[in-house]
Amino acid sequence: MKGTAWTFGDEINTDLIAPSQYYGDSEEETAKHILEPIRPEFASAIEEGDIIVAGKHFGSGSSREIAPKAIKRAGIGGIVAESFSRTFYRNAFAIGLPVVASEAASENIVEGDQIEIELRRGIVRNLTQETEYSVSSLPDVLVSLLDQGGLVNYYQNNEGFTE
Amino acid sequence: MGNTVAEKILCRSSQNDSVSPGEHVICDVDVIMSHDLGTLAIIGVLEDMGVEEIHDPSMAVCPMDHIAPSHTVEDANNKNIIREFVEEQGIENFYDIGMGIAHEVLPEKGHVRPGELIVGSDSHTTSLGAFGAAATGMGTTDLAYAYATGKQWFKVPETIRFEIEGELPAGVSSKDLMLHIAGEFGTNVARYKAIEFAGSTLRGMELDDRFTLSNMSVELGAKFGFTPVDSTVTEYVDEKTETEYEVKRPDDDAEYVATHRIDATDIEPKVSAPHKVGNVADVADTQGIDLDQVFIGSCTHGKLKDLQIAAEVLKDRSVSKDTRLIVTPASREIYDQALEEGYIETINDAGGVVTNATCGACLGLGMGVLGDGDVCLAAQNRNFQGRMGSDAAEIFLSSPETAAASAITGKISDPREVRS
Repeated sequence: MKGTAWTFGDEINTDLIAPSQYYGDSEEETAKHILEPIRPEFASAIEEGDIIVAGKHFGSGSSREIAPKAIKRAGIGGIVAESFSRTFYRNAFAIGLPVVASEAASENIVEGDQIEIELRRGIVRNLTQETEYSVSSLPDVLVSLLDQGGLVNYYQNNEGFTE
Repeated sequence: MGNTVAEKILCRSSQNDSVSPGEHVICDVDVIMSHDLGTLAIIGVLEDMGVEEIHDPSMAVCPMDHIAPSHTVEDANNKNIIREFVEEQGIENFYDIGMGIAHEVLPEKGHVRPGELIVGSDSHTTSLGAFGAAATGMGTTDLAYAYATGKQWFKVPETIRFEIEGELPAGVSSKDLMLHIAGEFGTNVARYKAIEFAGSTLRGMELDDRFTLSNMSVELGAKFGFTPVDSTVTEYVDEKTETEYEVKRPDDDAEYVATHRIDATDIEPKVSAPHKVGNVADVADTQGIDLDQVFIGSCTHGKLKDLQIAAEVLKDRSVSKDTRLIVTPASREIYDQALEEGYIETINDAGGVVTNATCGACLGLGMGVLGDGDVCLAAQNRNFQGRMGSDAAEIFLSSPETAAASAITGKISDPREVRS
C-alpha cells in the first residue's frame, strides 16, 4: 500500500480521533470529523490511501471501535506510529485498518512524503527520502485479515484463522 | 535465554516451540468472559458474521455484573436478550444478577487456572493474573470472533518486572503500593507490556491483596499483570476446579525490558486525586478535604479482606452525618461470608449502605451515582472525570482502610490516626 504522509504528534487519543460530540453518529458522519480538534481541515483533505504518521501512544483513551472505523472510512490506508495504545491496535485489526509501529519511521517521515507499507515483509519504505524502516512482520493470516477488511468479513470468508 | 510468564503462556497457547516479544501469534483461548454490556454487543457482531452456533459453549462465562439489577426498561429488555442468547447457545456458565463481578466470580466458580489464556470484555480482566493466568480485555468484535472460533491473535508483549521488598507498614496495603507505583512510574510504564510482580512483599501477601496489583495493572497500561503462583494460589484453585493445569513460572534468565525495585517499608497511605490514577499524593497532603460520598467496592475492593478491614475500622463508630458510605461486595459468596463474620452488620450499624454484589457505583450506572459538585473518596480502580456519574464530580482513590476511616470523619483522613 502506498500513500502520502500526514504527520501528527504524541498521545493522539480517541477523543481527538472521534470527538465525543459526534458520539452515536454514523461511521460516515464521524469520518468527516476525525482529528477535528487539532486539525479541522484534515478530514476533508484526505485522499484515498493517505497514511497517518504519528508519535507515541496513538489511539490512547477509550476502546471505542468507532475511532479506527472512522479513520478507515475517511480514506486513510494505514497508520505508522512510534507506538499504539493496546486497545486501538487490536481494534484496528478487528475492523481491518493496517497499523505498524516503528520509532525510526515515526521520527524521520515528514509531512507529504510518499510512504509504502509492506506488511508481510515488515517494511515501511519512504519513497521520497529513499529510506527503509523495518518493522515486526505480520504472519500471513493477519495480513489476509487486513486485506479482507477485518474480522467480520474474514470470518465470513474463512470461518476461522487459516494457517 | 529464558522466558517470562507471558512468553510461556502464549507459546503454549499458540503451539509454538518458542515465541519472542513483538511476534504475532494465533492462540487457542481457554476461557472467554463477557459481562452483560459486552455480551449484548457481541450478540450483534455474531449476527453480522452469520454465526449461529458459537465454537464451544463450555469456554464461555457470562456474568451479569455491570448493571445489576436493571435500572431502566431498556436494560431489562437487553438482559432478556442475553438470557435468551445463553439459553439458545447452551452456555451453562451464566451468572445472573447478584452472583457478582466477573473477575471475582470466575475464580470462585472454578473458571480460572494458572497457565491458561483468558480473554474478557472488560479491561480489568487482567485481575486473573493473580492466579497465574494470562488474562486481558478486548473489544467486542475481537470477542465475537473468539466466541465463533475459539481463537484469537496476540502480539507477544515485552515484560517489565517490579521487585518489591520488605513489609508494608501498618495502615498501608497493596492498594497504596499500586498507587505508589502509578505515581512514581506513571500510568504508561507498562503500556502494551506484561508485568511480573515479585519480591518478598508479595510472598507474604494474601491472595485478595495480590489481586489488587493484577487488577490495576491495566491502569499502568499493561496487557497482563502476573503475581507469583505459590501454594496460596494452587490450593485455592484446586479447591475450585478439577481441570488439570500447568503453572508457568518465569525462568531465572528471562529477559525483562525493565526491572524496577521498590522498598515497601516506607510507603505511606496514598490517594489518587481527580481525574487521573497517576495523580498520586500522600493521604497526609490531602487530609481534610470534605467528602460527600465514600465508596468501598468494585472488582478492586469488594473482596472479603476489604469488607473485613472496613468493618474493623467502623466497629463501634459511625459514618459522619456529612457524608454517605456505600459498600458493595464483589460476589454473593463474599456477601455470605461477610454476613457470617458480622461485617455486614457492623457496616450497617455504623450507618453505611451495603448493596448487592455488582460493579455498582464504580462505573456510574447505578448504586451510588455522583451528582454535580460531589466529592467522593472511592476504594476502586479509576477516578476519570464522569466515571461515577456527573462530569462535575471529583473522585479520589484510596485503600479500603483509608476510605472507611474517612467515612467516619467525613474528610480524607489517615487511617492510622482515626484508628489510634
